[in-house]
Order: sequence, then structure tokens, then C-alpha cells
Amino acid sequence: MNLLAGRDVTWRFMRVWQRNFIVYRRIWKINFLPPILEPLFYLLAFGLGFGSLVGKIVYQGREIQYVAFIAPALLSVNMMYNAFFENTYASFVRMYYQKTFDAIMATPLSLREVILGEIAWGATKSLMATAVMLGVVSAFGLVAYPHGLLILPLSFLAGVAFGAVGMVFTGITPTIDMFNLPVFLFITPMFLFSGTFFPLNDLPTWAQKVAAAFPLTHLVTVTRGLCLGIMSRDYLYGIFYLIVFSLLWIPLALKAMERRLIR
Amino acid sequence: MKDRQPPVIEARHLRKVFGDFTAVDDISFRLHRGECLGLLGPNGAGKTSTIRMVYGFSPMSAGSLRVFGLDVTTRWRSIKARIGVCHQENNLDPDLSVLENLVVFAGYFSIPRKVAKERAEKLLRFMSLDQRQDEKVTNLSGGMMRRLVLARALINEPELLILDEPTTGLDPQSRHQVWEKLDQLRAEGLSILLTTHYMEEASSLCDRLVIIDHGKILVQGKPKELIRQHAGRDVIEVFNPTNKLLRFVESSRLMHDNLPRRLIIYGQENDGIFERLGEHYCAENCIRRMATLEDVFLRLTGRDLRE
Ligand SMILES: Nc1ncnc2c1ncn2[C@@H]1O[C@H](COP(=O)(O)OP(=O)(O)OP(=O)(O)O)[C@@H](O)[C@H]1O
Ligand SMILES: [Mg+2]
Repeated sequence: MNLLAGRDVTWRFMRVWQRNFIVYRRIWKINFLPPILEPLFYLLAFGLGFGSLVGKIVYQGREIQYVAFIAPALLSVNMMYNAFFENTYASFVRMYYQKTFDAIMATPLSLREVILGEIAWGATKSLMATAVMLGVVSAFGLVAYPHGLLILPLSFLAGVAFGAVGMVFTGITPTIDMFNLPVFLFITPMFLFSGTFFPLNDLPTWAQKVAAAFPLTHLVTVTRGLCLGIMSRDYLYGIFYLIVFSLLWIPLALKAMERRLIR
Repeated sequence: MKDRQPPVIEARHLRKVFGDFTAVDDISFRLHRGECLGLLGPNGAGKTSTIRMVYGFSPMSAGSLRVFGLDVTTRWRSIKARIGVCHQENNLDPDLSVLENLVVFAGYFSIPRKVAKERAEKLLRFMSLDQRQDEKVTNLSGGMMRRLVLARALINEPELLILDEPTTGLDPQSRHQVWEKLDQLRAEGLSILLTTHYMEEASSLCDRLVIIDHGKILVQGKPKELIRQHAGRDVIEVFNPTNKLLRFVESSRLMHDNLPRRLIIYGQENDGIFERLGEHYCAENCIRRMATLEDVFLRLTGRDLRE
């Protein structure tokens, strides 16, 4: 298909990012509320309520408070949610209901640039929400610095990974309601079984193997290490996993959207 | 000199196939610089499909297409930078204000922000929307939205304007306002490719028309010529014609359409036939009027409803 060949990806994709940023700026106060309130609710519930049941837990040979265990998981889940929901529901609304992509495609942008702009935007939302949440969690003394600062670039990478997956579903879902399916089948199981609320070594071996396939598992591991100030080679492996994962899903997202929109 | 310049659009044997359905079937046409070309056809004729290939949105199944002398398949980015498109369905950005719609759109063309702002304000004045620049687009009336879409299509100062049904769904006032603006742009030398279901719009705005149906070109030519060729000069409509009249019309081989309860007779110049009809066959049930493009359209594409 010649229309797509050649120089069809340039920096112009940032124009799409810019459009979304302009809209976001308008309602930034509402956008900032969830990453402030959510960790507060969770830390309150799990720290005060649940934490007293659990007490301390042992992680990587260290004894830590339960809140210190789940705070990195909250950060990681926040990254996943922000990018995934941006590139599913929000992107779908722009594509299907608002016909924003159609309008942009009458300008010198290619469809690939539009989709990359959307994914870059989803990753940016993940980054911004993480910055806010990191502030809140740090106020509880749950983040070790300077390691903790690396969580910011990590949140962008995670945003690209989960955003690309979201974009694939946006490319193939017939209706907006059908997003329930990937949420139910992927997002929720990952939320629960990625070493988020309990350590994975409590699980049977087969379950640990399944969990090792989840991108969220690797993200949680790396984030937790950075929050606790533990440096380890394993984290490089996690980051490598997220990069490869992104490199696989971005082309899939582009393909799915081309099949859907170029006719 | 003028002939040296390549045509703005040169479409040869264009085809567009969706699965086993052929929406555009071997269409060839040209649009010259400064010309307004109208694409007419019933619903589903293939107008939008043709237009979408021209601005590089939809890959063609076969044929060749040059815009500004450039090949659409390879030079789509430079071509798109020089055209303005007004889609059939409204796709203004509801998340942005009236002014932002223009400024953000200018961004897609990499127009510097300051220039974009100046152009946007000028265009809003041109379209009489300057009082509304900070409003949400969802608060605009249909006519205002259409004018805003038109303003947006002009933000990159295009050499070619592509308009897919620019006035569908507008009230007569708004429609006339849009026509006035388009006429002004045409006078400034802008080339325009337009589709419409309003024959009045086509005959007053367009220099040349292409009538298509089922993906094929039926006729093309200047509006006046098409009327003369396919509907004559004058038309008599007879309601509840008598059998005597019907026999007369048939025996004298007049161009006519015999519809239920209505007979339409198309007369040529100075054939004196209408005088005879008037004397011998007509009472109050006859109306004599000028032939219009609508007569041509209905004669060529038939009177059956499309799906
Ligand atoms: N993406 C598509 N997939 C399958 N069929 C399509 C697609 N787009 C258009 N068609 C079909 O192609 C035919 C031509 O459609 P097109 O939109 O070009 O018509 P049109 O002349 O613009 O009609 P209208 O006056 O209703 O806008 C129609 O029968 C339509 O159903
Ligand atoms: Mg159409």
C-alpha cells in the first residue's frame, strides 16, 4: 500500500500530542485529583485497616511495612490505568465519535503519526499522574531518593507499553462497550496478580510463571526496588522487558488502526 | 502559457473497490486552475469515495491520480499541505473553542502560532464568526459550524478547496451565506472541487459538472450545455394529461417523461411546439418553465429512490 510507504513517520506526531495537551490544560484540576486522592484512599485503607492485620512482610530479605510494600504497586497500577484508559476510551471517542482523526488526516499528517501522537500522549498522562502521586507517596516517607526520581522516566516507558496495548484494542473493538472485555481479561487480573498486593513467591510455581509474563509484574518489581532504594540487575531485565513489549505492540497498534481507518 | 501548467486534478481511470463492491468504476476527469468543478450524483453514487482518493485519505484500487501535477501515492504530504478539505460529516473538534479549532488545525500544517492566530482571526471575520471566537463549537448553529469548517479548510491558504456537500442540512439563509463566501473565494482564483445535492448550487457555483451514478460518469460539461443537451430549453409540465395529448406527444417524437399523473415535455429552441400544445391541448393543468439542471439530473439518473 503505497499511501503508507516511505517517509510517513516524522516529528509531526507531536502536533497530535499538542492538541491533546491543550485540551488537558483546560481541565487540569480535575485531571490532577485522582492521582492525589487515590493513593490517600489506598494507603488509608490498607495501611491503617488492612496493614494492622498483615503487619510487616519480608521482601528481598528485608522486613518492611505493608504500606511500603503496596505504595510502589499503587504507582505502577496508576501508570497502567492512565495510559491504557487514555488510549482506549479517550482515543476511541476522538476516533469514532468526534472524527478527530479523520479531520487530521486531511492535513499533512499520516495515520501513523496520529496514532504515535496518541500513544505519546497516553504515556505523558502516565508521567504526569505519576509525578503527582509520587509527591503524595513521598510525603508519607515511602520513597527512597534519589533512586525514586527514576520512577518518572519509568512511568513514561510503562505508559508507552500499556498505551500501545490499549491502542490495539481501540483498533479492533467494534463498540466502546466492548472495552469491558480487555479490562476484565487483562487489566483486572494484572491488577491483582502482578505482585501488587502480596509477594509472588507465596504463589504456586505455575502461577508465578504466568505472572512473569505480565508487563505489570515487571513494572511493579522495578518501581518497588526504586522506592525501597534497592539497586539490582533484575531491574534492567524488567526495563528491557518493557522496551521489547512496547516495540512489539506499537507496530500491532499501527496495523490495527490502519486496517480500521484506511479504506 | 496557461496550458503548460498541469491541471490541478488529473484523474485517470480511477477505481475504488470495497470487497466485491465497486464504488468508483473507471472515472476520469480534470480540474483546471481557477475552476470550480461540481460532482453530482444520487446517494451512494461514489462522490465521497472519489474525493477521498483525491486528498489521499483512501488508497485507489486502480488508475492514476495527479494533484498539482504530483502523484498522490507518493507525494501525498506535499499535496495535502496545499489543499483544504471540508468533509461531509462535521468533524470540528468539540473539545476546543471556535478560535482554538483554527489555531490547533494550523498546527497540523506546521504554521507558526503567531501567523496561525492572525489568519484565524481574519478567517473568523470573513465568515462572520468573530463574535463567537471563544465559544464552544457545540454551542454553534448548523450554519455557523459549516462556516467554521470552511474557515478551517482555508487556514493553510490552500490552492485547492475540496468541499463534500458543504450546505447539506442548512436553512436557506445559511446556504446563501455559504454560497456568497464560496463565490468570493472563486473570484479570488481558488480552484474548487465540490459535491452537492442542490442543483441550484451546482449550476450557480460550478463552471463544469460531472454527473456520476453507480460509480460511473454519465455526462460532463458546462451546466448550461448539459441543460440544453439533455432537457432542452423550455419545459411544459402537464398534470393529469389527456390521452389525446399523450398520443400527440408520442406521435410527434417529443422528448418527454411520462410520470404517474404528470407529463413532462422538453422542448428545443424555436420548435414552436409549445405554442401548438398551448392552443390545442392545455388548460390550467399546464405549466411552462425553463429547463433546469434538476431535469437533467433526474432524466439521467432516473427517479427511483436509492437505498
Ligand atoms: N468503507 C466502505 N466500505 C464499504 N462500502 C463503502 C465504504 N465507503 C463507501 N461505501 C459504499 O460505496 C458507495 C459509494 O459511497 P459514497 O460515500 O462514495 O457515496 P456518495 O456519492 O458520497 O453518497 P452520498 O450522496 O450519500 O454522500 C456506497 O454504496 C457506499 O455504501
Ligand atoms: Mg458522500
